[in-house]
Parts: sequence; structure tokens; C-alpha cells
Amino acid sequence: MSSTPKLYAAREPIFPRRVSGRFRRFKWAILVVTLGIYYLTPWIRWDRGPSLPDQAVLVDMAGRRFYFFWIEIWPHEFYFVAGLLIMAGLGLFLFTSALGRVWCGYTCPQTVWTDLFILVERWIEGDRNARVRLHRANWDVRKVRLRLTKWFVWLMIAVATGGAWVFYFTDAPTLLVDLVQFQAHPAAYITIAILTATTFVFGGFMREQVCIYMCPWPRIQAAMMDPDTITVAYREWRGEPRGKGNVRKRDRLAAEKAEREVRAAGPGGARYPATPYPNAALQVGGTPKITAAEQEHGDCIDCMACVNVCPMGIDIRDGQQMECITCALCIDACDEVMDKIGKPRGLIDYLALSDEPAERAGNPPKKIWRHVLRPRTILYTALWGAIGLGLVYALFIRSDIELTVSPVRNPTYVVQSDGAIRNIYDVRLRNKSGEDREFHLSLTSDETLRIDLEGGGRDLTVDVPANSTVLQRVYVTARSEDPAATIDSTDLRFWVEDITTGDRASLATNFNGRVQ
Amino acid sequence: MTDKKIDDTTGVETTGHTWDGIEELNNPLPRWWLWTFYATIIWGVGYTIAYPAWPMISGATSGLLGFSTRAEVASDIAAHEAENADLVVALNEADLAVLAPGDDLHRYASARGASVFRAQCSQCHGSGAAGAVGYPNLLDDDWLWGGDITAIEATIRHGIRNETDPDARWSQMPAYDGIFETAEIDAVVEYVVSLSDPEHDAALAAEGSILFADNCAACHGENAEGNTDMGAPNLGDAIWLYGRDRDTLEYTVRNARFGVMPAWGQRLSDEDVRAVAVYVHSLGGGE
Repeated sequence: MSSTPKLYAAREPIFPRRVSGRFRRFKWAILVVTLGIYYLTPWIRWDRGPSLPDQAVLVDMAGRRFYFFWIEIWPHEFYFVAGLLIMAGLGLFLFTSALGRVWCGYTCPQTVWTDLFILVERWIEGDRNARVRLHRANWDVRKVRLRLTKWFVWLMIAVATGGAWVFYFTDAPTLLVDLVQFQAHPAAYITIAILTATTFVFGGFMREQVCIYMCPWPRIQAAMMDPDTITVAYREWRGEPRGKGNVRKRDRLAAEKAEREVRAAGPGGARYPATPYPNAALQVGGTPKITAAEQEHGDCIDCMACVNVCPMGIDIRDGQQMECITCALCIDACDEVMDKIGKPRGLIDYLALSDEPAERAGNPPKKIWRHVLRPRTILYTALWGAIGLGLVYALFIRSDIELTVSPVRNPTYVVQSDGAIRNIYDVRLRNKSGEDREFHLSLTSDETLRIDLEGGGRDLTVDVPANSTVLQRVYVTARSEDPAATIDSTDLRFWVEDITTGDRASLATNFNGRVQ
Repeated sequence: MTDKKIDDTTGVETTGHTWDGIEELNNPLPRWWLWTFYATIIWGVGYTIAYPAWPMISGATSGLLGFSTRAEVASDIAAHEAENADLVVALNEADLAVLAPGDDLHRYASARGASVFRAQCSQCHGSGAAGAVGYPNLLDDDWLWGGDITAIEATIRHGIRNETDPDARWSQMPAYDGIFETAEIDAVVEYVVSLSDPEHDAALAAEGSILFADNCAACHGENAEGNTDMGAPNLGDAIWLYGRDRDTLEYTVRNARFGVMPAWGQRLSDEDVRAVAVYVHSLGGGE
């Protein structure tokens, strides 16, 4: 039978069965915590005084500030965000090399929301078998009602998800009132609409398709895993050959039938080839001997519990697969069965593939910490920690006052009528404290130079309001008889001093003399 | 469809392409992927109907939405103008002489002036307002026609030596070629040099000083300190519009100079003229 391969394949629907166990409980806990953080964070208040927003976590695009509890990030401090992203990347590397795809299995938003959507699905339509029946049933009133209810609840979750996102970007209570009264900015509604649509479609309908076809992470992760990585795997050496009691019987009858047919065909009976063992295709090394295998069946009774609970619709017993997000639900499902049939747990388990030869030979595996602690994970941890310490250090040495100086270089200098040489500087003064401050500007240099502020600037002081930046034009002049007027370039340093607190900051630049 | 190869491990057909011993599987694409492809086609067709797209013999289809980037810019500018209408009124009514740096209005005016300056003035005066030979540097403290803001505004509004505006700044230096003998020109030049340079011929300069007093002091002043009513430059300072070497000075005395500037009041709105005045005054040399 030669069939032309299909160019396109429809999605195979997956109906994950309910499962309970330690990993399922752990995942519920993570779901509650992560969704709780996501939905509730914008509503936490944090008093920063009258002139600043009181939202604990706020990305203020218009004001160009990022508020995170007691930390306030200005645009020029974006390196904090870059640092956090690098830490997130290294953290992902660390966890993947040590524990496999735990990100995918437990905390990825796609996994968490899909879990939530499947939970809703189960509440409304029932568990796996009921859902399979409903899927196959004709579109009657009941099916329409169940589907519409499910989609409505999904949609509400999706709206809440998109809605929560926009609260991070402006004052949440104000925006909520505006949203309800249809007074909010169109950007808010468009953002909510887009995120509602993606949540609804990705969590409700695309699910594992997102992981398999849209996400680059499954491909990248292969480069970070090695045989020492602890990951979800099937102890094939313990489970195989698999089979149920009735399956075994059927196998034996089929084999006997085939043998009879061969015998009946006589010596030239090539017309009736022996029926192969049903699971032969899954076995490496050919067809097992029926009689011996039947006596020596493995622990896997082929109950398909691990397959039925899998949200990705795969069979973990086929080995490591790109589709597997290591959510560990198959471990829970299998442990449940092992308990029932009185076999030890862990037929499917978190294990390192490098332990296979030892386990196959009946020896104990290496200790988990000996798998986890290896040069690459230690290196990742060291890098991660170093960047983290660096960021914390940078956070604590941040001063409340800062200046940047950009010398005006068009022109490089100005000749005054008395022959004096003037250089112009744009000095940006930042007051990051919550109070208005008076900054005093001065300069130091080996040569004689005079400093003036544009607009007169009484006593060389500049008022900088709380939490803001002032751009002050500064003139530095060398009289015609001063050496700096004729030296090509003279070093100088601008100083800014907070008159209230005495805090100082400085920055070096240079002064251009007249071209001879 | 001939010699189909099946991968042993997955049971999936391969494309037959091999890289470093790795064969490419020929898995089918997910069908929804095909839908997204169709969706982009529908989007593309819809886009070309809604927005300007198809080239025609003259121009292009305008699209059902009637969108154009030009109209969008116009509406953005209109919105900006509407937003700043109060400031424009305030700028037109303000007494520029008392406008202090740091005021909101001053900040608005100098920002507006800066953008007008870059579009209209920088061609001659330079984008940094540093000027060039024959075009005054606006950053220094030397002003031909006065450096307080009222004088600057009047100069910008009416222009210099501009026949189209009766209020334009006007003066004309005579060309001394033919009036002075060559030796007399040399003497006047040496006198002017002596005002700001210790290295000069004192005897020749003394000769020139008499000629200067008789012919030049009426505009340039007895001590050559200049006169902003006449646009007569100070000849004793360090700033030279055309240059202070003897050859340039001789050329200037012989042929005179006649620098001109358009009357910007005829081309710009009142608020733009005032904004440019505020900007130029704030550049560092304003009095």
C-alpha cells in the first residue's frame, strides 16, 4: 500500500484525564501562586509620598519610570533590566541543565493557563471519558450548552488575563473605573483584546501546538541537557516487556494461531507468514520469545494511564521526546497504578539517563546531588550569583543625585568681544530623591576657569524639583590672558553638591582653547 | 513518490536530504499553520483595499480608509497646535524683556524657536548658531544691531538692508576705493589693526587715526567702539565678521560690506518670530 504522504495534518484532540498525586498538588500550588502574583500585583499599594504614584509595581511609560516597591528605575538605569534578563536567561540554563524542562512543565504561562483551562473544561464537561463521548456526540442542545458554557468561562478568564496586564502600566483602580465606563485609552482596550484572544485561543484550542510548533524553547533545550540531567523518564528496563493479563492471553492465542497456520502450510508454507508479535515494532532487538516473555513480564501493565493523563498526548514510554514538557503528571498516574498492583513506585520517575546502565544491572543509581552538582551547573550558578550580587551592589551605591555633561561641540568654542574663550556645556542634573533640592555647581581644574549658568543662576545654584531632571546650560570662560584660552585642551571636572544633604557627584570633561 | 525512504526510529518518511548523516523527516505541517497562511493572504488583500497600495499610471489607489501619512502628519501638527494654543497666545502677548529662563513660556518659546531656527536660519548662521565669515556668530556677546531681546526681535522681524520692509535695519558703508589713495587706505587699515594688536606700525597708525576721525568715526565712533543704531561694528574687540588680517581689512575699506537678512516677519508667524528671538537671545550672548 503506497499512500502519498499528507502535506498537512489536523490536530489530534487530546483529552487529559484527571490525576492526583504529589506532582499534581505541587502544580496546583504553583498555579495558584503564579496566577495570584499576576492578577493581584497591580493592586498592591505602596506609599511614596504625594508626588509619586502609590502603586507598588508600575511601569510608567509616559513618566519614564519603573517602580518596584522601594526601588525606582530611571531610563538611564536600564542596565538593571538588562541584568535581570541575563539572570533570567542563566537561571533558565541552570534549571534546564540540572532538572530538564521544569520551566515548561511547571511555570511557563502556556502550561499554567492551559492547566487552568483544562480544569474548567473538566468541571463543565466531565473527565476524559465524558469529554471523548461529548467530542464524538452529535451537536445537540446539551453539547451546545456545555460548549458555550465552557467557552464563556474561558473567555472570562482570558479577559481577566488581558485586563490584568494593562494594570501594570497605569494606576490600576483609576484604569478599572475608566475601563468600565468606556473612558479608557483605546490602547488599553486593544491590548486587552489582543491578550484575550491569545489567551482564549492558546489555552483553549492550541495548547500543545504552541509548545510543539510555535515555541523555540523545546529545540534550544536539547543543547542544555545531558545524560546527567534529571528528567522525567520511563524505566524501560523495569517495565518491559509490558502487557496486561488479557493482552498476554490474546498475544499467546494469536501466536499459537500463527504457529498452527505455519504448521498447516507445511514445509513450503511461505504463503502464510507468521503473524508478528503485536508489540514487535516497539522492541529493539526483534520479536521476544513468547513463552519466556509471558512468564517474565515487566512491571508495566500497559494500562495507558501515563498516556491518558498526558496534556501533550505522547507516550513517555517511547523515550525522550521533544514534545514532553516534563510536567510529571505521568509519574503521578503511574505511581497510583503501581500502588494498586502492589509494585514499587517510580516506574516512571525523575531520573538521570546516565544511571540506566547501573539500574539495568540492578545497582543503585548515583545520588541526585551528584548529578546536579557538575561543572556546568556550578558555572551557571556562579555566573548567575555574580550578576545578581553586581546588581544588588549597583542598587545600593546608587546616589540620589547624578549629573551627565555633554559639551557643546558646535562650535567647539566661542570668542567673546574681549578675547575671552567660552565653552558651552549641557549639564543634566538628576534629583532622584522625593524632595525638591537645591544643587550647587562648581568646577575644578589646574588652570583658571570661570563658571556661569545660563539665566544668571544666583550663586551657581539650580533648583531641581523632586524626582526629576533639569537640563542646565553652563558656560565656562577663560580670559584671553589665561593659559586655558590658548591651550588646545584643558581637563576640568564639574561638581554638583546637594546643599541640603552635602551629597556630591562629579564628572570630568575638557575645555577647548582657541585654535592658533 | 519513487524510492520512498522511511526512517527506522520514527516510521516517518524522509525527504531524502541528508546533512552530516542526519536525514530530514518529512512530517506533515499542522493544518492550522495552513490557516494562518490563508489568513495572511486575506489580510494582504484586505490591506491593499483599505490602504493606499496599487500603483496606477499617475499615483496609486488611495484605499477605502483614505489614509495618508501626509494627512496624518497634518493632523498631528494640528493637534499639537491646538494643545499649545494657550502658550501661543501667551507668547504673542508676553513682554519678552521680562520673560525669565525657567518659565514654562520661556521653555516653550526657546524650544519652538530652536526648531524654527534649524529650519530657517541655520543655512547661514549654522546649526549651532556659530555663524561663518560674513554671517554673525550668535553665541558671542558682540551685536551689530543690539543684543537685547527687543533689538534681536526687531532685527529678525524686519531683516537687514532689505528693501521690501521699510523698517528693516539699514546702513551702508561707503566704498573708499577711489576716495582714498592707496597709501591712505593702508594708513586707516594700520590704525584699525593698532586698536587690538600691539604689533603694528605706530607712525602709520597715527596717520590713519586722523583719516579715521574725519571719515569713519561718524558711524564707528570716536574710539571705533561701533554703533548698534547704524549696525557699525566695534573695531577694537576680538570679534571680526569678515576677518582682521590686513588684506581683508583693505578689501573691506575699498569695497565696503553689505550683509543682508530677509525680513522674517513677512515669512513667519508672529509667534515664530518671537520664539526665534527668545531662542537666539538665550544662546549665551544676549544682553
